[in-house]
Amino acid sequence: MNTIPFARLTLVEWRKQLDTRSGRWLLISIALLIAAVLAVMAFIGDVATTFPALFFGTSTPLSILLPVVGILAATSEWSQRTGLITFTLEPRRTRVGLAKLTSALGSGVVFFALAVGLAAAFHVAVVAFTDAGFAWDLPAGALWGGLLLTVLWMAQGVAFGALIQNSAGAIVAFFGLPVALALFGPMVPALRDAMPWIDLSTATEPVMYDAAALTGNQWAHLGTAITIWVLLPLVLGLVRVARSEIKSA
Amino acid sequence: MITADHLTRRYGDLTAVGNVSFEAHPGLVTGFLGPNGAGKSTTMRMLCGLTPVTSGIAHVLGKPFRELANPGRQVGVLLDAAAQHPGRTGREALAVSAMLMGLPRRRVDDVIDLVGLTPKEANRRVKGYSLGMRQRLGIANALLGEPEVLILDEPANGLDPAGIRWMRDLLRDFARSGGTVLLSSHLLHEVEKVADEIVVIGHGRIVAQGTTRDLVSQSGMDLEDLFLQLTSGVARDLPRPAPAGPAAAVPAGPSSARPTRENAR
Repeated sequence: MNTIPFARLTLVEWRKQLDTRSGRWLLISIALLIAAVLAVMAFIGDVATTFPALFFGTSTPLSILLPVVGILAATSEWSQRTGLITFTLEPRRTRVGLAKLTSALGSGVVFFALAVGLAAAFHVAVVAFTDAGFAWDLPAGALWGGLLLTVLWMAQGVAFGALIQNSAGAIVAFFGLPVALALFGPMVPALRDAMPWIDLSTATEPVMYDAAALTGNQWAHLGTAITIWVLLPLVLGLVRVARSEIKSA
Repeated sequence: MITADHLTRRYGDLTAVGNVSFEAHPGLVTGFLGPNGAGKSTTMRMLCGLTPVTSGIAHVLGKPFRELANPGRQVGVLLDAAAQHPGRTGREALAVSAMLMGLPRRRVDDVIDLVGLTPKEANRRVKGYSLGMRQRLGIANALLGEPEVLILDEPANGLDPAGIRWMRDLLRDFARSGGTVLLSSHLLHEVEKVADEIVVIGHGRIVAQGTTRDLVSQSGMDLEDLFLQLTSGVARDLPRPAPAGPAAAVPAGPSSARPTRENAR
């Protein structure tokens, strides 16, 4: 008998993100929130109606809500106890973890495309309904930089979920730890100089505006911050998933 | 065929399961009997690769569970009927498993029908299921891949008398057609009625194993008295089953009085 193909595992994990009411509503509310932010920017706010401005405006709701999809994809096996079934149907747990990662990245890419599409649609609407002219001029580096960030957030979400294996704990750690570092890092002399290398939010900021314009130094900062906040938790999380005991309670 | 070979699981100083060895053979229902906390569930999780063993090895169909290519097609597992996502419908939960195993969609309808869930019940969210319905859903999930082996932890819990009768017939038929069944229970009389062989576990150790008939006849007690005596740890001075007989206490190997129909498959 053949092993379960990885593509099938990934599709199953994707289905599991979508087939519960809570999962569907999370995704729907992300889409609605992006649309709401764009609507406010386009028709109620008074400055930012160019396509680049609208596009950058979508990054905040994306960065806050999308990783939760990744977190919950990983933690639901424990919080909803479905791990007993999932890991008896595919005991090679690292494959399951990687399928969760792949499907979460897939969701991230879909939502990034949706955000770009909605930003474009709202820009067209602004031009149609106001006296503003078209302003499409977005650097290509901002587009693929945004895609890169989306992928990073999803991977970080899955990583924290797999490592902490508890929904509330993983969400608190995901949002709380970077804030704690940003707050206390500059106060600690030993950390102060290292902050650009270890603070993911400052390291990713230039990527958002134009990834093509990053200097070598900025890439180095990004590399170390990603290693600390994404790669390391991901590897530790996959190891924990592979080795831990799967129990019902 | 299931083989547990000196399975041991320790949590710190606590030995949850110590040196447990037994076999469950094709064509037979093997009852895994013991009071709450005796180590039944831990042993079953070790058989399925969910709980790492401290020492020993478990084989299902001749392989460690983790080496089975598509385990759902070979081994049906129900470890906790409550362990389902409450937000999924019963049908969707089965559809996810069927998709993972690579089964056609109609197999989901087949098992829903087989376990006696109505289509309407199957379309409801698991959140609203009674324990009995969850057990039926769990059995459906275990039977989905048309496995050769069933590993069921307390499958009769929450079932009404008609459900228990149905379960008994189902497991007997499954074994009669050559399948291997390992079911755990603390419901002594239920196990006595359905199991061909019994493994009794108490305080993490096997205290007796053999055919159901021999266990009862050799001890001269009914199964309940025997069970309480073997697993209580209090009445140690009561007569124990003859050590050399088919119902030998640990560390006996597989029963010598094995029925001849074991090689049906």
